[in-house]
Amino acid sequence: MTVLRTLNLVRIYQNGGVPVPAVRGVDFTVEAGEFVAIMGPSGSGKSTLVHMLGGLDQRTSGEIWLDGKRVDTLSESAWAVLRRRKIGFVFQFYNLVTNMTVADNVELPALLAGMSSREARERREYLLGELGLTERAYAAPAELSGGEQQRVALARALANGPRLLLADEPTGNLDSRNTRDVLKLLGEVHGNGQTVVVVTHDAKVASKADRVVTLSDGMIVDDASMRRRRFPPGSAGDVVELHG
Amino acid sequence: MRLPLLALLAKEPAHGYELKQALEQTFGNAYPSPNIGQIYVTLGRLEKDGLVRAVDVEQSNRPNKKVYFLTADGREALETWVDEPTEGPRVRDEFFMKLVLAPLTGIADRMALINRQRRHYLSLMRDLTELAERTDPGDRVALLLIEGATLHLQADLDWLERCQEDLVS
Ligand SMILES: Nc1ncnc2c1ncn2[C@@H]1O[C@H](COP(=O)(O)OP(=O)(O)OP(=O)(O)O)[C@@H](O)[C@H]1O
Ligand SMILES: [Mg+2]
Repeated sequence: MTVLRTLNLVRIYQNGGVPVPAVRGVDFTVEAGEFVAIMGPSGSGKSTLVHMLGGLDQRTSGEIWLDGKRVDTLSESAWAVLRRRKIGFVFQFYNLVTNMTVADNVELPALLAGMSSREARERREYLLGELGLTERAYAAPAELSGGEQQRVALARALANGPRLLLADEPTGNLDSRNTRDVLKLLGEVHGNGQTVVVVTHDAKVASKADRVVTLSDGMIVDDASMRRRRFPPGSAGDVVELHG
Repeated sequence: MRLPLLALLAKEPAHGYELKQALEQTFGNAYPSPNIGQIYVTLGRLEKDGLVRAVDVEQSNRPNKKVYFLTADGREALETWVDEPTEGPRVRDEFFMKLVLAPLTGIADRMALINRQRRHYLSLMRDLTELAERTDPGDRVALLLIEGATLHLQADLDWLERCQEDLVS
């Protein structure tokens, strides 16, 4: 079943009267349960594309379909309802609510999606635990490091158990241990059958995906399904062989 | 130097000195310019292996010059080289040669080469990720080795992205 489909999607910004084409005709389909990574150089239109997919930016032309319904024509409030119910969004620059604690930032979307306060608290405790943030639950976002805020943003996006997770560089600021926690959580989300679309420069993240889509200058230049190898290498000793 | 010479000959037949000039023009300062002796030695070996042939072209008031051209076997060797993802520790140098030479020969465009190489790196990364997951968390040495390989691979991918930005328009 197709969860997401775009048809000739275009986004042209106006920069002081000069048109800046950020996304130039993207045809892109995501099936239910797929884990898709979007890669590409800085400025190639990755954030612009996922913002449009999450209803956070207006397309210039083209169509977006979500679960078989056309959504690019929806009003902002209709998008807000969609995001509450079935989309989790992780922003490249976190966007946490600054005057709420970490715990409240994560519980809010669960409550908005209709969970009881107990369910929301349990969900929050679980997610913060998975991301190594239990100790930081009552801190304010400003008291956190960039990497901590980034993990809170992921916990928040997952709080309502979204059927579709859109994440823009969810490991951009993380060291390798925290990246591992995020990957583990993304793996669980994927394992639950949730659909994951993640923008990333991090090859570790991309290597967990079923498909890697590459953008260049606002267009898709490669769409690769990542088949599993039949004979994975046996031990760390092989790593030297693997990669000179 | 064998394969770059084949690539240049895929574009057009040439004699040794023209090949030297073409190499200098193509790679600029990126590679040390080979001396003419090395080029003739390499051409001789390629001829012996049946990958190139030479014809004598008469020149007025000068000795004949040998013009080399690519044979069908030579073209096949070149295509095989371009088509396979580049392995090994000198990945960058060799892949870079392919990338620079590809448009000259008309065998593959640069975006296709970059895409193939990216897929190759990502599948290596997938192997490393799976290996890390299967490794006993107490085995610090093994995990550090994997981490090192991962970081190298990430650097190769970042560099590939730079190639994409700068060489593909
Ligand atoms: N609000 C805006 N107004 C004008 N131009 C914009 C705006 N947002 C993005 N752009 C331009 O659109 C292009 C694509 O930007 P985008 O943020 O989608 O890139 P990206 O692939 O996410 O890059 P990065 O890897 O650096 O996050 C860039 O040229 C950028 O300058
Ligand atoms: Mg971005």
